[in-house]
Amino acid sequence: MDSGNTAWVLIAAALVLFMTPGLAFFYGGMVRSKNVLGMLMQNIFAMGIVSTLWAVIGFSIAFGGDNAIVGNLDFAFMKDVTTLDGDIPGFAFFAFQMMFAVITPALITGATADRLKFGSYALFIAIWSIVVYAVAARWVFNGNGWIFEMGALDFAGGAAIHINAGLAALAVIMVIGNRKGHGTEPMPPHNLPLTVLGTGILWFGWFGFNAGSALAADGVAAQALVNTQLGAATGMLGWLLVERIKTGHATTLGACSGAVAGLVAITPCAGFVGGVAPLIIGSIAGAACYFALFIKAKMNWDDSLDVIAVHLVGGIIGTLLLGFFADTAVNGEFDGLFFGGGAELLKDQFVAAVGVGVFSFVVTYIIALAIQNTIGLRVEEESELVGLDQSEHAESAYTS
Amino acid sequence: MKLITAVIKPFKLDDVKDSLKEAGIAGITVSEVRGFGRQGGHTETYRGAEYKIDFVPKVSVEVVVDESGVDTAIEAIKKGAATGKIGDGKIWVSDVERIIRIRTGEEGIDAV
Repeated sequence: MDSGNTAWVLIAAALVLFMTPGLAFFYGGMVRSKNVLGMLMQNIFAMGIVSTLWAVIGFSIAFGGDNAIVGNLDFAFMKDVTTLDGDIPGFAFFAFQMMFAVITPALITGATADRLKFGSYALFIAIWSIVVYAVAARWVFNGNGWIFEMGALDFAGGAAIHINAGLAALAVIMVIGNRKGHGTEPMPPHNLPLTVLGTGILWFGWFGFNAGSALAADGVAAQALVNTQLGAATGMLGWLLVERIKTGHATTLGACSGAVAGLVAITPCAGFVGGVAPLIIGSIAGAACYFALFIKAKMNWDDSLDVIAVHLVGGIIGTLLLGFFADTAVNGEFDGLFFGGGAELLKDQFVAAVGVGVFSFVVTYIIALAIQNTIGLRVEEESELVGLDQSEHAESAYTS
Repeated sequence: MKLITAVIKPFKLDDVKDSLKEAGIAGITVSEVRGFGRQGGHTETYRGAEYKIDFVPKVSVEVVVDESGVDTAIEAIKKGAATGKIGDGKIWVSDVERIIRIRTGEEGIDAV
């Protein structure tokens, strides 16, 4: 057992956990003041329910047995996790992976903002974290998973987390419909300073997310950390540049959104690329995710806080660009198109993106529809107008 | 007795207050209000979506004066509130039927 590697993975697990409250603030600032506690609560609750379910069954579904599609109950209730002890303890890996499981469904809450019943959301996230996340994580992160076996690369979750959450978000909003007043009533962010705070916490935590995915305190982790910083930095610059050209202003929300878009895109690539690749990947993601904002208006999707534009599109960009920029001189076994590896990796990356995406969309749609048609997933109209803080939680965020 | 109401730019409040004090006005009531005149609103952009903000934040100042003090008060407000740019605001004058000082029960100009 390597104490340095163990120490880093444990710290990285804590960093990744911190991303979920960061995400809560990032989203919370963007909603109206009557819904801010509803948003914070959905995210904080994910830390409670998903961690518990991960210990009970999630980890086992993701990492138990050797089936290519789905795990078994070998590690249920954390039984025999110590059999995974190696360079780092099995429980260090278990904890690190747990934090990814927590934040992934929390990402969906940005699309469904302002209109989910809390109890139904609780049920949705419980089912989703086991049936969708744990299975997709197995495909991508477990050596037995079919996507991993195929040779596709996903360093820290471009497909397993961002494409997965992005298409799940689309499926849920298709089931629940648009907010009352969407497109006719202005719904500007109520507290952008909260969003900036959340961005800072997300960015900070993302070092654990990406550099921790090396599962070692080594050169790959250092490369991943630098790539993470540069992906975020150029993502911000790319977004701001096109925003400034298009609207005449560089906005605070744009700076935050661009940084997150860059972070999303660099996630699958973080430990597999080097040189100027992170600068190119971040810039492309920042600019492209800005333009992706306009998809929802064309399609009349009320993706309230742009989970599709930032996470789905950013995740697809990162997953596919890895097929061009992967460099075995940095890490891994496969070179991308630009490094003499031909188009094989790019094809695998495409299959990984489509495979996870289609699975996530279809299964999430079924889960959301089942909940909507039984206990109801969306709040009553009056509750929505009053706001989730009062109607769902009997609280107010701001009292004078 | 007359009530003078002035809707002004918020950042000019201190100047208006000083100007009214110099003119000998005994007290003023201030409230934060929103509205629009010819200035209209402004536009804000969030993630590419433009929001038209129709109601501009303003400050409303109210003073009660005797008939003889109306013009002095109006001049003082104008002096304090003017920037020369659009949106400087409006002043209007209305009749006050009665005015009572709560502590002493005095009425009319003695109560101001």
